[in-house]
Amino acid sequence: MIKDAETLRNKYLRDAMFPTIFCDGCGIGNVLQYTLWAIDNLGLDMDRTVFVSGIGCSSRLPGYIKADGLHTTHGRALAFATGVKVANPDLTVIVFTGDGDCAGIGGNHFIHAIRRNIDITVIAVNNFTYGMTGGQVAPTTPIGSITTTTPYGSAEPPFDMSEMAKVIGAPYVARWPVTYPYQPIKSIEAGVQKRGFAFVELFAPCPTAYGRRNKLRNIEQAWQWYRDHVILLDDYERIQRFGSAEEKRSLVGKLKIGVFQDVEKRSFTDALEEQIASLRVDKPEPERQAA
Amino acid sequence: MDTNLVRQVLGQKVQFIHGDMACVYGALLAGCNFFAGYPITPATEVAEGMSELLPKLGGRYIQMEDEIASMGAIIGASWTGAKAMTSTSGPGFSLMQENIGYAVMSEAPCVIVNVQRSGPSTGQPTLPAQGDMMQARWGTHGDHEIIMLYPYSVQEALEMTITAFNLAEKYRTPVLLFIDAELGHMQEKVVIPEDDEFEVCYRQTVTVSKEEYQAFRPGNNAHPDRLVPEFAPFGSGYRTYVTGLTHNEAGLPRTNSPEIHDRMIRRLCEKILANRADMTFFKESYADDCDIALVAYGITARACEDAVAEARERGIKVGMLRLITIWPFPEDLIQQWARKVRLMVVPEMNLGQMIHPIREAVAGQCRVVPLNKIGGEVHTPGEILEGMVRAIEREREREPAAA
Ligand SMILES: Cc1ncc(C[n+]2csc(CCOP(=O)(O)OP(=O)(O)O)c2C)c(N)n1
Ligand code: SF4
Repeated sequence: MIKDAETLRNKYLRDAMFPTIFCDGCGIGNVLQYTLWAIDNLGLDMDRTVFVSGIGCSSRLPGYIKADGLHTTHGRALAFATGVKVANPDLTVIVFTGDGDCAGIGGNHFIHAIRRNIDITVIAVNNFTYGMTGGQVAPTTPIGSITTTTPYGSAEPPFDMSEMAKVIGAPYVARWPVTYPYQPIKSIEAGVQKRGFAFVELFAPCPTAYGRRNKLRNIEQAWQWYRDHVILLDDYERIQRFGSAEEKRSLVGKLKIGVFQDVEKRSFTDALEEQIASLRVDKPEPERQAA
Repeated sequence: MDTNLVRQVLGQKVQFIHGDMACVYGALLAGCNFFAGYPITPATEVAEGMSELLPKLGGRYIQMEDEIASMGAIIGASWTGAKAMTSTSGPGFSLMQENIGYAVMSEAPCVIVNVQRSGPSTGQPTLPAQGDMMQARWGTHGDHEIIMLYPYSVQEALEMTITAFNLAEKYRTPVLLFIDAELGHMQEKVVIPEDDEFEVCYRQTVTVSKEEYQAFRPGNNAHPDRLVPEFAPFGSGYRTYVTGLTHNEAGLPRTNSPEIHDRMIRRLCEKILANRADMTFFKESYADDCDIALVAYGITARACEDAVAEARERGIKVGMLRLITIWPFPEDLIQQWARKVRLMVVPEMNLGQMIHPIREAVAGQCRVVPLNKIGGEVHTPGEILEGMVRAIEREREREPAAA
């Protein structure tokens, strides 16, 4: 059951935080809305859900949500989130991060949080740039893009966060542009329900810092860019296997979207709790209480 | 954590253990139930001890991917209400600095053990030095106060680790516990204290309703003058928003108000400075019968004790002040000593760090002479005695007219 924005806002957001810091046309708002829809659909207990983030425009999201929130240091959201989850495995932990936060400065934490398979859900807002600092090149910036620090076009190949998450073995990985309204919600729901590391990457436009320099300032242009540049995983694979030479050429520069991985795997938190239960010298507490 | 259970896990009441392990014992007795760390000589044994003992007590140990992550993890754990600790040495301590500032700003109680080794950079990894004294004070950016304790024996390391946790909890701030590499690996006798021999403190938990709750409002209804806010752990339903940005008492970012920033930072400093009496630990000898002072800390003070005994036998009227609390710096104490002696000798295993706040406090009331040694060896008592005698002679040469 999907509710209107007004109802969601009243139910989940902090009034005192409005107006938001987000620019007109920024995709971060869509990410928030999809997250709230997913939360509402799941009926998550907001007293027992903690939102953790690093630094960046996207990392400001926890501040808007009426729940426990930890807005940490740049790149370190997953380290802090690991502390929260390991210390109290009964809490649901959702991390908001940006592409710079997650794949740039936080890349090492990203790799290791996945390797451990800690039971948290990461919602990564990929706007192809460092938005908050005004639009510098990021590890995800498409090659050739103009940014404030690649005035002649970026010569660096970008990093594919979802591919990476899949290869390291995250049990749930999905990627969608915010132009798809339904799939991101379903993926966030699936991610939160997954016992283990779930990674949901959402392409979201940054008209101010990125779009402006790459002919994507207008929100219509930005949304059209996604439509032109994404391809469903199934289609991609089909063309790879059976497509004509021309079809294969059309894949160049396309960004795969869809559910990259959905498997069951024992979470680190479960394994650790089991080990502790077998080692502790006293009897385990019958039921951990909300303090 | 049930201290009887802790004692049961620790074993015999009297043991021979090294300084690193003493930090583990102290932490467990203080109720530490979360540890995140990364291996580094000479602090690795703290992590190893924790990994072995914490699970037996139902606590959680995790080795993180680096020290930045370790520091982040203990703050995350602290916000769930855990008593959390990490341990490291020079290079790792450098990496922790940004997140230590986050713990200051977000008022997250936690303890950081730094087993000091020689630097800069990788330096002499296994050898002692006291080069991080100023990094401890000013390592993270921005105005702040920090609490740092520096025990000098294995027994004291155990006791001061308990104190470090207590101060972290009472004042909701990161507390640094330093020991020297030499002590970290030195085996000595410890006596595990009974419950009536030490105190265990907990952060003030929330007393107001959810409607009334302001996560960063200092004090509470019963004690409006307190400078420390009440604590509602994550998951308690109080829905706290925590940020490293300048925030108002509700915890919401307010980055453009000079008044809010000024009030907030001054409170964070004041909650420590106004409570110096509760956190200033030191030891004195011959305090009322000396005209020369040795001012020392950590392992160096052990050599000083022998030097003092020898000097007194030779008729030199030397007293000793051993600082256990390094930060906040005990200025008043130094001033008292400066008024009664004509010469202060400050041996340090660095090229002169604590000599600076000492000189500032002394403000010319007596002469202050450094006695620096680097290279990875602790001063011998002979070196300290010799250095002191040289300083006395130079002092005489300088002041024939005044005599
Ligand atoms: C240690 C550190 N380095 C640099 C910065 C400056 N900084 C703030 S936000 C940011 C980039 C954020 O980009 P991203 O994570 O992609 O988020 P976005 O703003 O695009 O949502 C940077 C570099 C910082 N706050 N801390
Ligand atoms: S700078 Fe970009 S990412 Fe940041 S709020 Fe504006 S549009 Fe959004």
